Amino acid sequence: MTNSKRAVVTLPTDTQIQITRIFDAPRHLVFQAWTTPELIKRWWAGDRGEVTSADVDLQVGGRWRYVMTANGGFEVAFNGEYREVVPNERIVSTEIFEPVPDVEAVVTNTFTEENGRTTLTILVRHPSRESRDGHINSGMEEGMNEAMDHLERVAASLA
Amino acid sequence: MARAATTTDAFNAVAEPRRRQILDVLSGGERPVNDLIALLGLAQPLVSKHLRVLREVGLVDVRDQGRQRMYSVNGGPLEPIHEWVKNDEQSWSRRFDRLDVVLDELKEMERGDDE
Repeated sequence: MTNSKRAVVTLPTDTQIQITRIFDAPRHLVFQAWTTPELIKRWWAGDRGEVTSADVDLQVGGRWRYVMTANGGFEVAFNGEYREVVPNERIVSTEIFEPVPDVEAVVTNTFTEENGRTTLTILVRHPSRESRDGHINSGMEEGMNEAMDHLERVAASLA
Repeated sequence: MARAATTTDAFNAVAEPRRRQILDVLSGGERPVNDLIALLGLAQPLVSKHLRVLREVGLVDVRDQGRQRMYSVNGGPLEPIHEWVKNDEQSWSRRFDRLDVVLDELKEMERGDDE
């Protein structure tokens, strides 16, 4: 159970990041928690800080903006525009890390439900590898380098 | 933003897709350079250049066997990268763990509504 809930991060191509996670809840609730400002504030920052503001205008052409006060005390903000909204199933939006405003990623969130459990797949697409790496190196995608699914395989084969 | 030299560390060395391919091939076992040229379909000078970078950061070892130079992978420098990716998974996991708590409450509320 604990293991199946692990977030799995892969780099499908040189310009993409994909995160997959299973939740023990039906997808309409996962969708609700994903898109309701008061709920977003409770989980989105993880252990890295506190979400102080979450604006969500959940419609095609509508915008979103999250502001987080990081544990170091500094404030960081992300914003974007919704391009596709299928309630309980799919959200496609742009994402900009405000300190790097010229790097716009396109994020596709897909919610699928099976036996009352929901698989969430987040695919982050950047216009180029350089912009993905810049985004990653900003520290906000944390730690993933331009490397990795290949190297994970190589490292695993050496273990 | 200037990119660091490819020979700075393993992270930069593996940013180049061809070098990752070389590591993929070598992870299957030690190979002479001619095998790499044939398998990757690249010109010899290019393969040699990539091998030199990989050797400089310690990702590839070389030894002489008769008249051939045999190349192999040394996984050591990959460990920090492996750790980095694992940390990212852990960080997403912590975020999702909090979402789990929210979802439990939502489920509870929904059950309450049904009663």
